[in-house]
Amino acid sequence: MIRFIASRLFRAGLTVIAVMTFAFVVLRLSGDPAQVLLGPDVPQSVIQAFRDRWGLDDPIWTQYLAYMKAMFQGDFGLSMRDRSPAIDLVLQRIPATLALTIPALILQLAFGIPAGIYAALKRGTLADRGVIVVAIIGFTVPSFVMGLLLVLLFAVTLGYLPSGGASTWQHAILPIVTMSIGGIGVLARFSRSAMIEVMGQPYIRTASAKGVKWRDVVRYHALPNAAVPIVTIVGFMVGSLIAGAIIVETIFSWPGMGRLLIVSVTNRDLAVVQCILLLVAAVMVVSNLIVDLLYGWLDPRLRNTAAAH
Amino acid sequence: MTALLEADGLVRIYDTHRGLFARPAPVRAVDGVSLHVAKGETLGVVGESGSGKSTLGRMLLGIDAAQGGTVRINGKPMPAFGTPDWRALRARIQMVYQDPLSALDRRLTIADQLREPLEIHRIGTADSRNQRIHDVMLSVGLRPDQADKFPHELSGGQRQRVVIARALMTDPELLVCDEPVSALDVSIQAQVVNLLADLQVEKGLGMVFISHDLKVVRNLCDRVAVMYLGRIVEDGPSDKIFSDPKHPYTQALVSSVPQPGRSLNSRIILQGEPPNPAQRPTGCAFHPRCRLSEDICRRDTPHLRQIAQDRSAACHLVAPATVTA
Amino acid sequence: MSNLVEIRDLRVAFDGVTVLHGIDLDVAPGESLGLVGESGCGKSVTWLAALGLLPAKASVTGSVRLETQDLSGAPRHALERIRGGRIAMIFQDPSSALNPVIRVGHQICEALKLHRGLTGSAAKVEALRLMDLVGIPDARNRFSLFTHEFSGGQAQRLMIAMALAGEPDLLIADEPTTALDATIQAQILDLLVTLRREMAMATVFISHDLAAVSQVCDRICVMYAGKIVEQGPVQQLFDAPRHPYTRGLFDAIPLLTGPRQRLIPIPGTVPDPRHLPTGCAFAPRCNRAQAFCATQRPDLLPQPDGRHLACAYPVPVPAIQNTVHMQKVYQ
Repeated sequence: MIRFIASRLFRAGLTVIAVMTFAFVVLRLSGDPAQVLLGPDVPQSVIQAFRDRWGLDDPIWTQYLAYMKAMFQGDFGLSMRDRSPAIDLVLQRIPATLALTIPALILQLAFGIPAGIYAALKRGTLADRGVIVVAIIGFTVPSFVMGLLLVLLFAVTLGYLPSGGASTWQHAILPIVTMSIGGIGVLARFSRSAMIEVMGQPYIRTASAKGVKWRDVVRYHALPNAAVPIVTIVGFMVGSLIAGAIIVETIFSWPGMGRLLIVSVTNRDLAVVQCILLLVAAVMVVSNLIVDLLYGWLDPRLRNTAAAH
Repeated sequence: MTALLEADGLVRIYDTHRGLFARPAPVRAVDGVSLHVAKGETLGVVGESGSGKSTLGRMLLGIDAAQGGTVRINGKPMPAFGTPDWRALRARIQMVYQDPLSALDRRLTIADQLREPLEIHRIGTADSRNQRIHDVMLSVGLRPDQADKFPHELSGGQRQRVVIARALMTDPELLVCDEPVSALDVSIQAQVVNLLADLQVEKGLGMVFISHDLKVVRNLCDRVAVMYLGRIVEDGPSDKIFSDPKHPYTQALVSSVPQPGRSLNSRIILQGEPPNPAQRPTGCAFHPRCRLSEDICRRDTPHLRQIAQDRSAACHLVAPATVTA
Repeated sequence: MSNLVEIRDLRVAFDGVTVLHGIDLDVAPGESLGLVGESGCGKSVTWLAALGLLPAKASVTGSVRLETQDLSGAPRHALERIRGGRIAMIFQDPSSALNPVIRVGHQICEALKLHRGLTGSAAKVEALRLMDLVGIPDARNRFSLFTHEFSGGQAQRLMIAMALAGEPDLLIADEPTTALDATIQAQILDLLVTLRREMAMATVFISHDLAAVSQVCDRICVMYAGKIVEQGPVQQLFDAPRHPYTRGLFDAIPLLTGPRQRLIPIPGTVPDPRHLPTGCAFAPRCNRAQAFCATQRPDLLPQPDGRHLACAYPVPVPAIQNTVHMQKVYQ
């Protein structure tokens, strides 16, 4: 077990470093922070001084190694805009993002999975088709379109809810709903197909033939088996939640990490961008590791036992 | 005359991973198997799970490499898998599989699937290929008008005929059949078994017929080799081996086949399970389940020795004095 | 002696395609019945329909009686009490017919709780006894293992133990040995015979293996294309099969002993249920068919020698003179 976790952590670490390196290279090759930050009317000498101070003219290797060295010492660089430590800026914004993503995840699990299972059990009926249609709409309509539509309906036309900002809890409703809709659709669809697959298995018939009540067949025989593929999808969805946060926070002017990322990329504020990416990569990797560990618990066939003879 | 197929001391070892953390354990799926098939002869290979018979089939074709021993076709050693020589040899030895639905490509018509071997080995011209397809289809009992159908439009028996037809397209000398009739209903089984017997007579094909179904093997094969845990424990002519089995395992195997008219009580019921190749018993691999086992069986591994003119068995208790069932 | 189970005119259709065309079947208490036929003949569907285990979209008509109780159209909770409690069913390929994520001991205890109200340590004790009864070695230590940790033969034994937990009056074994090795098949057949004797339980043994069925059963039904074509005591059917299909099945089986000869297959293939021939479903493949057979479907009729036969031109057996068949009606 230790070896398993250790090897997974090692791979996770490599993944994170790979993401960082990729981001590092792309950011530096795609535009000049000095130019962007300082504006077009500034004399060349000022720009040059800026570049010298931040080491932007050094060869990319040097910059990379310097960054890596600093990172391993806990120094994630300074924001180019206000010279405060990048890591502080990012950490400040995390609670706001969590205030959206955690409720969104809960909503997705609470609505998506039961909807999918219900559709699977009522396969072929109108209810099933209804769920599928709604699910498809949910995950095909892009979140920015959905968000704007919701704003149009609830904030502008009906006036129930505010359209932006983060001062009261009512401000959180529309962003959370926008973020969760796509995931509800995806989860519903996957839960449905996982459940359909499980219900067609021979052991379900055996349980029915044993006289187990239908309700219990679904609850104790089918669901535990459907859990494995569903858990896989949930693992992925954690990552897409973060991506969704970027768009939603921008639409709703929500002061979270996603918005910080957009602003920093626009400004080529390299250290902040790297910091955020590091965090996102770490979250993805950890969630996948948790999913891997959960597999072993959910499906005994994947555990450390040999077939008996 | 060199035998068509000659295998000598074949060994195949797998590394198995038992669970996530145990050290991989080497498993001898095939442990020193020698056999030969003459031209026009059918050799049956019977065994249960863990016997290694399917692995043996793949080794005879050269698909699985042998970690020990050799396979010779017409006296020449089997080329390595994937080499041009090996690919050219595919035209001479073909395989017939168990499940015809998965052995056939769902998206190609029958005619296309039958044409493929000819195209791969560059045999004939476009016209002569169509003629060959027509002829081979007739010879396996398919109607030429079925050439444009897809596999799922045919019945199980017809699909298996297509698989056999495909194997025959290049006019091979040797067919290796791995459970070719097990997935078929009894009445269709009989059709396909008759077909294989007829083809063999007509074309002088050699055949290795791997199966767990003793009755079919006995009907179709001239000689039979019985495998247990990677080794041959008995071989001989199919009539004699099934009417008068010498090795205790063969006796139990024969006895396990239900036969109308013979009461259940006279059967030999083996205790225990087919063995796990990863946990090979000491001495004779069969001794834990053998009703006749003695001390020597636990200590020494018996080797295949000749016990009659054309029969051999690997058992300490079978010598010129025979063991009665 | 009244019958344990009586099935009358059972018809099943899937999506408008009829797969069972009126089955009449009796099972007496303690009797061992074999149901033989090739794929698609409806032998499994018959019993799945009787127990209400077919999907909802299957249409099932006809009557199924368990002693005095009518099962056809019975409410779900009534059927759930019967399943496992009075009629138990075991299936092919036991390794996939047992739940992979639930420990086997628990699966057996579930049946004990449902039908005998046993829980906790009382259930465990009984489950262990059942596991010993079916021949699982070292049951105590294997109680908490999962399905994949057992071999195919042992998994089938576990299924049998689970089926016996409810102390059923009838055990239906649907191809229980088909996916198993030959020597293990022999063990399982042996076990079924022993259990049936000791527990005075009726059994229905569904298989395509005529010889296995003959070893285990008193009476055999042969099915073809959704109908029973011949039915009778084992010895009678084996000594002198009268329906051409039954005869064909016997002829098609290779022998393990005796002279090696060419097999006599049944020409043609089993018909598609969507396109059944008019008249007798077997007529196109039958070497005894006459014009009558293409127009009239023969009924299953009792014969003087005790068997039932659905054929207008059965294989002649010298001693039998007055065969009852529809032709007489139409002469």
